[in-house]
Amino acid sequence: MEQHVVVIYAHPDDECFGTAGTIMEYRKKGVPVTYVCGTLGEMGRNMGSPTFANRETLPALRKKELEDACAFLDIDLHLLGYRDKTIEFEDRKEVATHIKEVLDELKPSLVITHYPPFAVHPDHNALGAATIDAVGMYDKDERPDLWATAISKDFEKHLGKPHIINDITPMFDQKLEAIMVHKSQAQGMLERMSGSSQDAIALKAAWEKRLGKEQFFIWDYED
Amino acid sequence: MKPINHSHVQQILTDSIGKKLYVHLETTNGAYASHFNNEAVNVGAYIRNAHISFTQAKIIQDDASFRVGLKMEFGWIYAEGLTDFEELNGALLLAGHDSEGRVMVALQISEQPFGQELTD
Repeated sequence: MEQHVVVIYAHPDDECFGTAGTIMEYRKKGVPVTYVCGTLGEMGRNMGSPTFANRETLPALRKKELEDACAFLDIDLHLLGYRDKTIEFEDRKEVATHIKEVLDELKPSLVITHYPPFAVHPDHNALGAATIDAVGMYDKDERPDLWATAISKDFEKHLGKPHIINDITPMFDQKLEAIMVHKSQAQGMLERMSGSSQDAIALKAAWEKRLGKEQFFIWDYED
Repeated sequence: MKPINHSHVQQILTDSIGKKLYVHLETTNGAYASHFNNEAVNVGAYIRNAHISFTQAKIIQDDASFRVGLKMEFGWIYAEGLTDFEELNGALLLAGHDSEGRVMVALQISEQPFGQELTD
């Protein structure tokens, strides 16, 4: 059984879209989970509909949504304090050292992060790469396991099937509820897939398929 | 934010002529544009807290949206597709949103640098 699961993603809501079901399963078993969030999604495009945020109020709002989502999932939160869209322009070694310091405090048995370069958003890819470097800094016998999530359309062509395919369909509604806590980001998506139009039904089915499975590659450090 | 009040925003811009201001200017079609549409390319740019001043400033309506041009000693600042505005702590925020409330473009000016207290 895991001692402590640490999820390291770039933005508020990545934890819900990516791994909310898996997180909830760990919490049910009593395993502590911490979300280490890279940025506050300061440059997010969704401002609510009708808009209830702007470029300057969005960071505080997304921080609150993130805190509420972590309370909903019953997990701890640690903010890394980078700025949205800029992680790839930071010094990779500095980011990795920063993450290693955080991990030294949190003492995870399992780390979950983005799989670069198959994570679509530049922040995802950069934070995933730095996290993989950070976990690689451990001596082999003290190193936590690392699972990486790939979401690009073509990842299976390059990587094959994920090692772990977690069907979270039984908790799908709870996962959707967790996503909805990030109201500024999720509202548009959920409105597009509500109703009985062909488009809405197709979109809902596509999201259920996408969000109903949480998939992970187990990282091999080959040492 | 509220729909742009043309004369009110023009007055703020006119009053800002000659002041040293920080500007935030961005445009984006979203970080997932090409993920959801094979034909699309992710396009975006932003400048945050460039320190500028301008000698002329206009906001011009074009159907449902507005264009703003700010003339500087050696160049221009330009934005189009602006739909909404807000005054926040002495700053003027202008943004263009699509029908789902997503930012397409933003132009903001302030005598204080933007957002350090919120983003750090």
